[in-house]
Amino acid sequence: MKEQKLQIFLNIISNYFNQFGGSELIADTPYLLENKQPKVHDYTGVIGISGVQKGVVYFSATRELLTSLLNSMGETENSEEIYMDLAGEVANTIAGNARNEFGAEFHISVPFVFKGAPQSIVLPSEERSFIIPITWLSQVGEIVVCLQD
Amino acid sequence: MYKLMIVDDSNIIRNRIQRAYDSGNFMLVATATSGVQAIEKFNTHRPDVITMDLTMPQMDGLECIEKIIAIDPNVRILVVSALSDKSTGIEALSLGASGFLCKPFSEEDLVESLYELVQD
Repeated sequence: MKEQKLQIFLNIISNYFNQFGGSELIADTPYLLENKQPKVHDYTGVIGISGVQKGVVYFSATRELLTSLLNSMGETENSEEIYMDLAGEVANTIAGNARNEFGAEFHISVPFVFKGAPQSIVLPSEERSFIIPITWLSQVGEIVVCLQD
Repeated sequence: MYKLMIVDDSNIIRNRIQRAYDSGNFMLVATATSGVQAIEKFNTHRPDVITMDLTMPQMDGLECIEKIIAIDPNVRILVVSALSDKSTGIEALSLGASGFLCKPFSEEDLVESLYELVQD
């Protein structure tokens, strides 16, 4: 995947978090990581990509980051289901918004969400992924992009 | 008073829409988490206005729009989706949707979009 495409995802995730006003999202320098040991936080939403691009986009966050997001939305429910749902919804929004740049043939799956370490490999093991670390309201998460050209 | 149905597989989004809609002009009659469930509930509750997600399991929003419009061409459907490319918006409108609101959205955006939907 070309590094320039990372800017698309940086813009999308910044736009997502900045909708809530207040503290701006801080995106640290992206880096490459071997897929054999995917990096995840407490909750992870995974979107499969097919069509003109193939691969995976996922959003992973600490529970604290998701709590801050829920509070900003005015969400009062704090069940496990709502945390899982939010991780999937953020991933879905990031991948869905990317279609504005990649086009309608950038097909996205419904979110697959898990808590903690993945039960199965979610990334192609022979590939590497770009990790974009993020911090919002002092809480951390990351966007992981693994796309084959 | 317009009868409203919310269709989205995300609890978060259904809750956000439920908190945001103008209860002076809209009355929530049903929520659905998939296209299949939306058609069942549409036949039961006959809403005037629907907010419709596109990426859902079982039956996606575009297919659901087509089926609901076939039942009632007068229903107003606001697509609320993260799919932000123009061709998806055009396809949704060509199938019979009346408006498109891209995620992420503010509560003000939603209220304005619903208001515009029933003014047309």
